[in-house]
Amino acid sequence: MSAPPIVEFRAVAKRFGEGPLVLDGVSFGAQRGDFVSIIGPSGCGKSTLLRLLAGLSPITAGELRVEGRTPEAAATDIAFVFQEPTLLPWLNVAHNVEIPQKLRGVPATERSATSHRVLDLVRLGEKARAYPRQLSGGQKMRVSIARALALAPKILLLDEPFGALDEMTRERLNEELLAIRQQEAWTAFFVTHSVAEAVFLSNRILVMSANPGRLHTEIAVPLPYPRTLETRLSPAFHELVARTSRLLRSVADGAA
Amino acid sequence: MLRTFLKIFLPAVTGAVVVAIWFGVNAGLSSDRRFLLPSPTAVLNAFIEHRATLAHAAWNTSQGALLGFGLAIAVSALTSYLLSLSPLVRSSLYPFLMALQLTPLPILAPICVIWVGAGLKSVALLTFVIAFFPLVVNTTQGLISTDRNLVELFGLYRASRWNQFMHLRVPAALPYFFTGLRIAATLAPIGAVVADMNAGSSAGDGGGLGFQAVIFSSQAKYPALFATAAATCILGFIFNAVVLALAWFALHHWHDSYERTDK
Ligand SMILES: Nc1ncnc2c1ncn2[C@@H]1O[C@H](COP(=O)(O)OP(=O)(O)OP(=O)(O)O)[C@@H](O)[C@H]1O
Ligand SMILES: [Mg+2]
Repeated sequence: MSAPPIVEFRAVAKRFGEGPLVLDGVSFGAQRGDFVSIIGPSGCGKSTLLRLLAGLSPITAGELRVEGRTPEAAATDIAFVFQEPTLLPWLNVAHNVEIPQKLRGVPATERSATSHRVLDLVRLGEKARAYPRQLSGGQKMRVSIARALALAPKILLLDEPFGALDEMTRERLNEELLAIRQQEAWTAFFVTHSVAEAVFLSNRILVMSANPGRLHTEIAVPLPYPRTLETRLSPAFHELVARTSRLLRSVADGAA
Repeated sequence: MLRTFLKIFLPAVTGAVVVAIWFGVNAGLSSDRRFLLPSPTAVLNAFIEHRATLAHAAWNTSQGALLGFGLAIAVSALTSYLLSLSPLVRSSLYPFLMALQLTPLPILAPICVIWVGAGLKSVALLTFVIAFFPLVVNTTQGLISTDRNLVELFGLYRASRWNQFMHLRVPAALPYFFTGLRIAATLAPIGAVVADMNAGSSAGDGGGLGFQAVIFSSQAKYPALFATAAATCILGFIFNAVVLALAWFALHHWHDSYERTDK
């Protein structure tokens, strides 16, 4: 038997108030170090799944365990990167990165040591004194990722973090994200609409169907890490992208 | 370079044109009607002649205006906090704040005099009334308009209500607060002068610019009346300049309204 999963969904269901079921019968386990991408038609409940995992919203039925605890109890192990960079415009980059620690009462010297470290990780060390409005979209997103890493999370949730960026920037950031993961061993849940991005980043892809949101299929991505530009050019990569795209299309058509 | 030059040059040209027209109109009036618009030199001379009186009156008015303005900032900060707590609090308090703002100053003035007596206290209280409303409306709006994504972020960090208020809602409300402050800074000196005309007192040399205007007018010293108007303007300019400087200091690092458009 393998180690106990770091995250486990057992027949999880979710509805908001008296509304229809948004998620139904969602079951899966993630192992420590997994990079799980979640794809599916718009409105199928991907963001909701992450929000349940972050303890931002309660589950309606079933069971959800994070390291054997409820998501609420495991909150300090989890960091979330939203689609928007959500930086505080009145704080400079370093202070933005320090805000989660500041809210937890971490002393200033320790905070600035952390912000140095994580800003170097995202290669923005020289922008520490800049204000968010002076940054490009990609740089803002890197600050947002650095801020998430500042709490040394065990689990990193990312909800379409690169959705608003151009293709080139997105690919660069994908590579950087994997490079950071070499140094920081978190487990990732990554929501995206880009099949190529999902294949490039993850070792597992969960394909969801809509109305209500269910796990349709899981696709394993056996490409070896570290992944580079060569990975993107390899036939195995293209074959996986094609297979996943076809599956996603059939799921979307099935729902329509 | 050219931009900086134009920024100084154009207002100077406007000023020169206004003064020229002023001279022209004055010269065009028949001598028995010239009192309607004293010439710029007559006003300047009156200003110099009465400078001690005017400075003293301006000082008295400034005290009233500053006291009222400061009180308005403090009370509006507290009130805005209360109003930001729930829509219910807002709907139950707004009509009465409105009523306060809609009652004209000359009607409130005698009421103030009954309560706290004529003079500085009344002037400060009336200035408070006029400066309070724009401050409270804008600051409250700022406190309740916090970006929902940022509120969600703070929820993710399990930030306490207090931390959310201090580290998120207050800084996010600053631009709104300064909008209110700029309006209040325009109203406060005017309010103080009008209050002084209606509830001022010259007892103990306490008369302000409003009081002085009434005196000059009754004595038919028209150039001095115009000089008093100029003194009021200068006071207003100082108030506004200080507030603009404060706003710049607090916001220029980060707020889009201070974005430089030149390359
Ligand atoms: N707070 C909420 N209250 C009520 N319904 C909600 C709430 N949040 C999400 N929903 C509903 O749940 C469903 C799933 O939403 P969710 O945002 O999880 O979808 P998604 O898969 O992330 O979509 P997208 O790809 O467009 O981001 C939608 O039908 C949405 O209307
Ligand atoms: Mg979503």
